[in-house]
Amino acid sequence: MNETNYIKLEFPSKSSNEAFARTAAAAFAAQLDPTLEELGDIKTAVSEAVTNSIVHAYPDSLGRIAMRLRIIKGSTLEISVRDWGKGIADVEQAMTPLFSTGGEERSGMGFTIMGSFMDKLKVRSSPGRGTTVTMQRFISPRQTKR
Amino acid sequence: MTINTAFNSGRLTLYLAGELDHHEARNTIRRIEELLDEYMPRDCVLDMAGLNFMDSSGIAVIIRVSRRMKTLGGRAWIENPAKQPQRVIDAAGIDRLVPVAVGK
Repeated sequence: MNETNYIKLEFPSKSSNEAFARTAAAAFAAQLDPTLEELGDIKTAVSEAVTNSIVHAYPDSLGRIAMRLRIIKGSTLEISVRDWGKGIADVEQAMTPLFSTGGEERSGMGFTIMGSFMDKLKVRSSPGRGTTVTMQRFISPRQTKR
Repeated sequence: MTINTAFNSGRLTLYLAGELDHHEARNTIRRIEELLDEYMPRDCVLDMAGLNFMDSSGIAVIIRVSRRMKTLGGRAWIENPAKQPQRVIDAAGIDRLVPVAVGK
């Protein structure tokens, strides 16, 4: 098994949990000794994924969000954010920059930012059943860093 | 998320501090619109030196302020973004819409 450590968290889709989720992810990622920039990227991507579930999966109600983080092969952080909400009918359209159904406080840049800050981004969704966003980010070992 | 202001000869500077995410975005937009109504500035500067964290919700706020200033016949720009907000601004590509000034 290449998995060396993991955590699983579940929380209701309250917007106040956005800050909690990204802070928890950063705390878990700290064991990979990331740079401040890598940590910022991880927090941002988690914030985007969790916000999507809060805004789009459960627009009119509170639902469950599960976040799992694991370290694979000792140096890659995998983050998955799952909900059991509305789902996305057209994932490709949802991932298009500036496309948004989220109202005036959303910019339509969430997936673009996740994609540019993470090395891998996968979105699986089925309408009425929910969405899982899985992202991976390689954290380079310290000795090769500046 | 806090906003401090300075107003000087038509220029309103908004010092954003703390974390700007979706949870904070709606109140932030409302607060900024109130300030724009109150001061009716010619220029609006978003100073992001004290902003520790921002996600795409911050992009929505920036675009909103920029549009609002355009309809008022004024200008908006960003100053001194900390590293993390700068990376989000770069990834979103909005520096093409809203100028970013560093080191003022």
